[in-house]
Amino acid sequence: MAAAAEAARKPFVGELLGRGDFAIISELVEPNSKVLDLGCGEGELLAWLAENKGVEARGVEISATKVRRAIARGVSAYQGDIDEVLADYSDHAFDYVILSQTLQETRWPLKVMRDMLRVGRHAIVAFPNFGHWSVRLSLLFTGRAPKTDLFPYEWYDSPNIHFLTVDDFDQLVRREGFALERFCFLAGKQRIALLPNLRAEVAVYLVSK
Amino acid sequence: MTVETKSAQFDSISLENGANLTPVSVAYQTYGALNAAKSNAILILHAFSGDAHAAGISAETGKPGWWDNMIGPGKAFDTEKYFIICSNVLGGCQGTTGPSSVNPLTGCPYGLTFPVITIGDMVLLQTKLIDYLGIERLLAVAGGSMGGMQALEWAVSYPDRVAAAIPIAATARHSPQQIAFNEVGRQAIMADPDWNGGNYYSGRPPGRGLAIARMVGHITYMSDESMREKFGRRLREKEKFGFDFSVDFEVESYLRYRGSQFVNRFDANSYLYITKAEDYFDLTSGTGSLAGAFGKAKARFLVISFSSDWLYPSYQSQEIVRVLRRSNHDVAYCELPSNYGHDAFLVDVAEQTEVIRGFLGSTYKEKA
Repeated sequence: MAAAAEAARKPFVGELLGRGDFAIISELVEPNSKVLDLGCGEGELLAWLAENKGVEARGVEISATKVRRAIARGVSAYQGDIDEVLADYSDHAFDYVILSQTLQETRWPLKVMRDMLRVGRHAIVAFPNFGHWSVRLSLLFTGRAPKTDLFPYEWYDSPNIHFLTVDDFDQLVRREGFALERFCFLAGKQRIALLPNLRAEVAVYLVSK
Repeated sequence: MTVETKSAQFDSISLENGANLTPVSVAYQTYGALNAAKSNAILILHAFSGDAHAAGISAETGKPGWWDNMIGPGKAFDTEKYFIICSNVLGGCQGTTGPSSVNPLTGCPYGLTFPVITIGDMVLLQTKLIDYLGIERLLAVAGGSMGGMQALEWAVSYPDRVAAAIPIAATARHSPQQIAFNEVGRQAIMADPDWNGGNYYSGRPPGRGLAIARMVGHITYMSDESMREKFGRRLREKEKFGFDFSVDFEVESYLRYRGSQFVNRFDANSYLYITKAEDYFDLTSGTGSLAGAFGKAKARFLVISFSSDWLYPSYQSQEIVRVLRRSNHDVAYCELPSNYGHDAFLVDVAEQTEVIRGFLGSTYKEKA
């Protein structure tokens, strides 16, 4: 019965808003844990985690409209700036602090990472891989700031201000002495293992200190 | 939906200033049905000049309730799902014991012999009403402005009796500016010779003073933008200035109308007592800090403020949210965009409905 229910839920996780990183994140989070989602958007992931894994969910989001939709979804979200909010929380206030597709948009990514691992026992970081072959080819052949499916913005209106690759993140983890617990690379909706720095569109890391 | 105001009597309550009030009546209305587990009750807390008639059409007056756009079938406070209660506050003049009530010892209205009350006293009386209705724990307490202050007081003083609190356009303590506007209102009333030291119930009430107090109040409830939109510099039923002190502008006419309407439905002494209760409100007074005050609170919180509200500005809500967040309380917050100023929680309800409905739904699922 429970297994059937689990199986029935599986496809939904996979298709969670068409975002592969959400599906993976939802697998990384232990049931009944405390989760803070930085840049929670409209609260889709947190609502799913609360409903299916019994997590105690909190979300921070800078956009007023998105916060409103997250609350309407039943998520305890509030409007705020990631840096300011992280500074407010006590050490290990959460089991997991999630930063999904936002690290490259923060002003001080390293500070955010350190704060995440102060406030949370684990940090889950998902980011688009700037080392993907399409990005490399775009720069090589056009000679202009890469514009791809992953990075669709013009350089002047892009929210992305710190570009990083899978290898860059690995190096940061080693340099900072973070413990790498799990990682996963996605190309489309497929998980890949071979040559992630070249082939991964999105990387998801579970790290701790 | 036709609704009637009911009344509950209690022998006595002990007030914060040390006095006992004996006996006490509470006027209240209810909408929807209490479930078998008694886990779906929501107490709505009215603002300064509100009353127990929050929703439906009054059987007595034929008028809709003051939050009828928020309470009812399918609305934010869905009466098909929840049991909604609203009572007139202690010190009020719409059925609950207040300065215009008759003191049983003298057979005359209390007037200024009525004890000075606090937001805490109002909430204490509400707990008695909830006891009387046989409800152990409320699913939520919710209200705007002074209603929001009561919601906060509930969460802090009765942590085991409330699963969620929704303070809207409120503050954890009255600011000097808020106290200042209240003081102008009180002085307007007390400067009216008809006020007569609060002893006017057998004669003419201080209508001029009360009307002026209300005019000031209405200015603070609107925003610069909403006043420009609503009135502009339009003249009232004339083409040119009158070059006298009769009504020239629409805005003057509006304020005079609102002032005179208010005199028909509100007691001047209640104005003094209730504004004083607001001014005394300071959640930090017991423990010295807001964090200390929220230390025992167990409720989930949904805090709402409005972008153009300058009487209860967003920073006051944000201060509450920040303290709750720091102490790991469950808190949701949003500032809703609106041009309506402080009045927004009464009139600009589409987005407010969206967030309250979602918040209550998840609270009900988790905690009922």
